[in-house]
Amino acid sequence: MARVSRGFHGRRRTDVDPSRLPPGQYVVEDFPVLSAGPTPQTPLDEWSFTIKGAVDTERTWSWEEFLALPSETFTVDIHCVTKWSKLGTTWTGVSVDELLADVETGAEYVSAYSDGGYTTNLPLEDVTDGQASVAYEFGGEPLEPEHGGPARLLVPHLYFWKSAKWLRGLTLLDRDEPGFWETLGYHNRGDPWKEQRYWSD
Amino acid sequence: MLTVRPETPHASNLVVDVPDWPGHLAGQHVDLRLTAEDGYQAERSYSIASAPEDGGHLALTVERLDDGEVSTYLTDEVRPGDTFELRGPIGGYFTWQAADGGPLVLLGGGSGLVPLAAMLRHRANAGAEVDTRLLVSARHWEDVLYRDELDAMASGGVDVRYTLTGSTPPGWDGWSRRVDADMLRELGPEPARRPRVFVCGPTPFVEHVANLLVAAGHEPQRVKTERFGPTGG
Repeated sequence: MARVSRGFHGRRRTDVDPSRLPPGQYVVEDFPVLSAGPTPQTPLDEWSFTIKGAVDTERTWSWEEFLALPSETFTVDIHCVTKWSKLGTTWTGVSVDELLADVETGAEYVSAYSDGGYTTNLPLEDVTDGQASVAYEFGGEPLEPEHGGPARLLVPHLYFWKSAKWLRGLTLLDRDEPGFWETLGYHNRGDPWKEQRYWSD
Repeated sequence: MLTVRPETPHASNLVVDVPDWPGHLAGQHVDLRLTAEDGYQAERSYSIASAPEDGGHLALTVERLDDGEVSTYLTDEVRPGDTFELRGPIGGYFTWQAADGGPLVLLGGGSGLVPLAAMLRHRANAGAEVDTRLLVSARHWEDVLYRDELDAMASGGVDVRYTLTGSTPPGWDGWSRRVDADMLRELGPEPARRPRVFVCGPTPFVEHVANLLVAAGHEPQRVKTERFGPTGG
């Protein structure tokens, strides 16, 4: 049982459906930014997206080819490990299922990699079956660099650090390889509903 | 909770005694959880201001946000003897130890100075003579955290510079504009010396400064950033 903080009453929000808010989270209206280093600036004509690793053949798309892929627009809640949640965010992008459609692989894990050297690891089963996409629009506008543009991974059912910004590709792996934050104390899977924030959770 | 005292008109210093504290590195933060009588909870992250050498007597500097649910409690209501739940240390990236060496460049906007202060306090405790330069950006002089201590550090070999973007006191001889490329060049050292750079502050400050650093030729991998969202609460 948690100890009561004398004199603390808090400010419950009555306009938020509690069933949409994982434990320990609070709702924000703006869109906070979190990243470990400078924002990469990759010109679109130098941008490409690659599926590599344990695959039959590597696949690469240029920016224009990527935009020509079937896209979808969807609205989801996102949850950052630093406690904020943003409800009802609308994104447009390409589903990971679409990107893996023609790829033969026996891999069970994926390492998402980004400009600037960031990586994050996920079980393949967390990014397939309609659970993840590579998004390039937020709220109907091109995704801004500070929020991960040109394109970021979007895995809304896990803490938001798994939704790697400035995404450049996915490496399919037979074995799990912890990524950047996962080697720095953050949970390997990061399910907000189980409050898997840190190694000890 | 051991002591709470105002640091500036908008920020307070809290010293908490944490039993069984496992130790921390300068730059890390803690998660603090408050619980109301009906069980309602609110959690926020705060950077640790104290040096690792101070052990479980953790100092936190909390900026009061007018609409903040937790920060208003911590600055207005809390008093010695109160208890709350605290978890940490957290964060293994935005950290500096004397053994990491330098040159060290610390760029703090507003309360972004807090984790940088832990690094400076650690530097002083360790007797490190690492080339260290600090740029503090604040709106007004009275908003600058740890002013007396920074003065003392300036006499102890840290190059401390200020820029005030709002108002300046009479006779001000520091900078009085948004951080720009000239300012960073003057602060130095040159990128070729491969300094370790830490930037902390509100997102627009961090984005702006980190972009200037990369444009000036600093290696992105040596520029570490930590951002305080405007809704830190």
